[in-house]
Amino acid sequence: MIRTRRGRAWISDEPVGADALARELQDERFGGLVTFEGVVRRHSRGKRIVFLEYDAYPGMAERQMAQILDEAATNWPDTQILAVHRKGRLEIGMVAVAIAAAAPHRAEAFAACRYVIDEIKQRVPIWKKEVAEDGESWIEGD
Amino acid sequence: MDITIRLFAGARDTAGTSSTVIQLPHGGTAKLALDQLLLHFPALTRLVAVSRVAVNLDYASLDTVLQPGDELAVLPPVSGGGI
Repeated sequence: MIRTRRGRAWISDEPVGADALARELQDERFGGLVTFEGVVRRHSRGKRIVFLEYDAYPGMAERQMAQILDEAATNWPDTQILAVHRKGRLEIGMVAVAIAAAAPHRAEAFAACRYVIDEIKQRVPIWKKEVAEDGESWIEGD
Repeated sequence: MDITIRLFAGARDTAGTSSTVIQLPHGGTAKLALDQLLLHFPALTRLVAVSRVAVNLDYASLDTVLQPGDELAVLPPVSGGGI
């Protein structure tokens, strides 16, 4: 886990969810609280998924996530952000990534939350393996 | 000098290991390290061609000069973020 100026980012082996993150960000300063959960779907690329497995480079992934949070803090200075990504095996319906962003006003909270998930998908060293009924493959790219 | 190379995802499965140590002359670059890696694991050729590298937990260019004890990682195109 890495604490940044205005948040925390970490990789988890245990189930995660945005509700817990949101509760932690409740504060009289914040009028807008936005959360995001990336959830494992049943179908992907025309295949029926049995389960997913996420591999991660933990030290670098947390470092990259923390950098993303620092950038968000620079762009939207009054926000507080928590971001956690799973690694390991995930079943359909489980949460792979959870983000909560709080700010005095909703515009910054929405923008910061969106920025964080978009950047995570671009550069954080985490990889998804889709295990389908007829085989498995590591997904390359978005 | 000893350079540790970390492998992830498809690269790890293809190589059959998540980590390997290679020998590099002093002043060797990340590119040279990858060349060495492919000598030992030629099956990684395609993945290495589409991967980025990291040195000591940060993205790095192929002409980065490595130091003894550095950790290099081969990073295939990332696919985190759920969905």
